[in-house]
Amino acid sequence: MSELALEKHEADSKSIFGFWVYLMTDCVLFATLFGTFAVLRGSTFGGPAGSDLFSMPFVLVETLALLTSSFTCGLGLLAARRRDKQQVLLFFGITFLLGIFFLTMELTEFHHLAQEGNSWRHSGFLSSFFTLVATHGLHITAGLLWMTIMGIEVLTRGLNRVVTRQLTMLSLFWHFLDIIWIFIFTIVYLMGRAAV
Amino acid sequence: MSQPKAVVARHETTHGTVRSYTIGFVLSLILTLTAYLLVVNDVFHGWTLVYALATLAVAQLLVQLLFFLHLGRESRPRWNLTVMLFAVMVVATLVFGSLWIMRNIQYNHNHGATPSGTNEFIIHDEGYNQ
Repeated sequence: MSELALEKHEADSKSIFGFWVYLMTDCVLFATLFGTFAVLRGSTFGGPAGSDLFSMPFVLVETLALLTSSFTCGLGLLAARRRDKQQVLLFFGITFLLGIFFLTMELTEFHHLAQEGNSWRHSGFLSSFFTLVATHGLHITAGLLWMTIMGIEVLTRGLNRVVTRQLTMLSLFWHFLDIIWIFIFTIVYLMGRAAV
Repeated sequence: MSQPKAVVARHETTHGTVRSYTIGFVLSLILTLTAYLLVVNDVFHGWTLVYALATLAVAQLLVQLLFFLHLGRESRPRWNLTVMLFAVMVVATLVFGSLWIMRNIQYNHNHGATPSGTNEFIIHDEGYNQ
């Protein structure tokens, strides 16, 4: 590696660190929403609580889809490091499809809840539920758009240094969203059954 | 260019391998399914269930930080880890602080429609003899 390449490499790790700092501030955004949910989860205004509303097998499938997509995203990044264009497109393609599947399931759940009259307007619990889960869903949507753009970049520009750096950031973002989902799955869906 | 070699070698170790991603994936699967089965089979109830689920979630967080984000292989100084620990502190303050404050507000407000009603409740609840 030449001096110049080394300098570029330093610049890359600085941008990746900057992106990491962004992710940590995003954590704070989610913390406020988790805090709000924790405070309001009992405020059902005479309406249904979490344990009456959510279908556990449905949420498990959602969770497994997102977890698998986090795994395939990591494999995609490894392929990018090997400069294997076919595998990058394959693994990020699988990640993209699993992301679409997850988002479709989430929107189906929202639609279902709203149809039964349990929309965000019904109670403090439902307002905080929709805000928290939909903010995560919005991040997933942004990630899917980003993945589409990266797919085009890989096809047109190939796996150059800039594209690989952006793929690194994208996969950090995607792993981060899976970690946030672990806590949504645990706190919103599973702990809703504990009834404390 | 003999000097940069060490830098490159050190940098390579911060990347994952197929092995590390697979280990992380399998451990995450096991932790997710354990949490799910605890809930649907009614193994624990009440606060025991909450603590068990919280432990499993934190375990999965650590697994993903180590095997997906490779935080353990970062070279010194560990800036990524530093920023994350600060974020953890802010998150804990926000969540537990909100719960604490809102619990006190509820305790001091909701038990009587009037201030004297609230007073009576608190005197009764804390066992004061007048």
